[in-house]
Amino acid sequence: MPFVNIIRKRLIFLVLVVFGVSLITFAISHIIPGDPARLVAGDRASDEIVTSIRQQMGLDRPLPEQYWRYLTGILRGDLGASLRTNRPVIEDLVAFFPASLELALVALLIATLMGAPLGVLSAVYRDRPIDHVVRTLAVIGISTPAFWLGLILIVTFYGALGVLPGGGRIDPNLAIPSRVTGFYLVDSLLAGDLPAFGSTLRHLVLPAFTLGFIHLGVVARQIRSAMLDELQQDYVRTARANGIAKWRVICGHALPNALIPSITVLGLALGDLLYGAVLTETVFAWPGMGAYVVNSIQSLDFPAVMGFSVVVSFAYVLVNLAVDLIYMAIDPRITGVN
Amino acid sequence: MADPSRVVLEIRNLTLRFPTYGGAVHAVNGASIRVDAGERVGIVGESGSAKSVTSLMAMRLLPEGRFEVAGGSVALCGRDILAASEKEMVNIRGRDVAMIFQEPLTALNPTRRIGRQMLEVIRLHRGLSGRAARDLAIRLLGDMRIADPEQVFGRYPFELSGGMRQRVLIGLAFSCEPKLIVADEATTALDVTVQRQVLHLLRAKANSLGTAILFITHDLAVASQFCDRLYVMYAGAVVEEGPTAEVLGAPAHPYTQALLDALPERAAPGERLRSIAGSVPDLTAELSGCAFAPRCAQASAVCERRPALIPTGSDGHRAACWLAAKAVQ
Repeated sequence: MPFVNIIRKRLIFLVLVVFGVSLITFAISHIIPGDPARLVAGDRASDEIVTSIRQQMGLDRPLPEQYWRYLTGILRGDLGASLRTNRPVIEDLVAFFPASLELALVALLIATLMGAPLGVLSAVYRDRPIDHVVRTLAVIGISTPAFWLGLILIVTFYGALGVLPGGGRIDPNLAIPSRVTGFYLVDSLLAGDLPAFGSTLRHLVLPAFTLGFIHLGVVARQIRSAMLDELQQDYVRTARANGIAKWRVICGHALPNALIPSITVLGLALGDLLYGAVLTETVFAWPGMGAYVVNSIQSLDFPAVMGFSVVVSFAYVLVNLAVDLIYMAIDPRITGVN
Repeated sequence: MADPSRVVLEIRNLTLRFPTYGGAVHAVNGASIRVDAGERVGIVGESGSAKSVTSLMAMRLLPEGRFEVAGGSVALCGRDILAASEKEMVNIRGRDVAMIFQEPLTALNPTRRIGRQMLEVIRLHRGLSGRAARDLAIRLLGDMRIADPEQVFGRYPFELSGGMRQRVLIGLAFSCEPKLIVADEATTALDVTVQRQVLHLLRAKANSLGTAILFITHDLAVASQFCDRLYVMYAGAVVEEGPTAEVLGAPAHPYTQALLDALPERAAPGERLRSIAGSVPDLTAELSGCAFAPRCAQASAVCERRPALIPTGSDGHRAACWLAAKAVQ
């Protein structure tokens, strides 16, 4: 029954998190100076119009009532209407979320596929030159600002070399693949549209690398320390004493066990990548949630910003649930099979 | 002298250093150990006497680059282990020599079923596959008196008791019918009744296959029951060697005598337990004289020179002590 228990626990947690986040965002949106009704009405609107818009939006009601309406709205999937686009916030987020998620997942893939081997090499050749190189690289990765790296990459690969596009999700001359998942990579493949797939891939390289580079260091360091732990375990010595070759022991026995604690870090990284993409998306003109939120913040579009916060915290809790479930699936010690 | 074709392991004058920031640690100082086919040989000594390091060297399992061989040789079934490539070592380990370690709890991969871990080794060295490999694994578990081998085959290590896990490891060590098994404190972590059973299984299986066992322990009682011959190590060198009954019955080296005196069984009720005064010497400095002299009640001026192993009279019994040398003359 542990599966059911952990899901139940996480779902209770989810409710608490959404409640907390909605309360905080609601409070902040009412503390920050600025009158949404005035914003909607425009600078030159008369006071009567502003008052009637305020009534329309329910902003004249007592705060607890406003919050109650907001909270019950969330539970129904209604995040309110954007002041900027005049469309329901939830629709805007559904439109922009897949772009961000696609970018975050590819960035995570890059960070993992590059970071994990570096971490393994670093652990196996501890204190040797390659270890120092990897550790330096990790610090550089963690401390490099995404917007700076993004600009350097654009200047180099788009500006100077002209080998990769400098922004956007797909070549504007190509038709956007018909939406099934919202991931262009998946949708273009489903439609059998290889040029669109290739163009999407080329557009993903620079932003995904920019975003992934920060986490590459985190992943490498995590894998390194987990591998150092595993390599000191007795079972590694037993395997070697039984004549299993060194790299087979490293990759077949130690690495899978080292990946178990690393899954937590990867899960956290995915959460980070989702809302941390704001700068990267802005630099690469990536039509994701990041750009949407930046625009919303600049125009004091409270419902949009609050909706984004709620959706991201939702995603965070779901990623954590997924991490727990993956743990249980791959580590027999947790479920106690048989 | 033993018939050279029967020698399984021959360590000669092995001298090992561990380089550290504080200077080299002289861990092994000219240790010589021989194991013949089918023989059960014990290495006894307190912690830090380099008994484990010496045995790990028999399989070249010390981490590469962390030690340097300053002298001596290690030959396994006539092959020079120190000169062998890592690729050759992979073929030797598990096939010619296998090892059983102290901690059965952690000596198996915690996230893999017993069967899968056994099959990996069996496939690698025996060239068996599928059904045949599985049958062999289950037979090995059965030989270790595991009641329900089929079921244990599908279990994870954490689902088994310590004694059970150690039996799995012993079964695994025998899977390729090696000529030598190195058992490093193999029964130390088990309680006494389980210890007895496991030793019995180990002895029976080794006898039936003619496997030699190098048995490392600090437990003199276990060593006296299990081993044909004993090496007593102190500060990285052998101080006494010979048939078990001779070494423990008529110890020629004061260190062996002191170890025996320290056994709680030897104390009378109410008497204070005896210990050896002082501590193991600092091995960062090279030893010039007898390493045990500072703790030895019978030390004299002559002990400033290092004594060689010399015969004490009876067959194969030798001790590295000036007192023993005097007794012979």
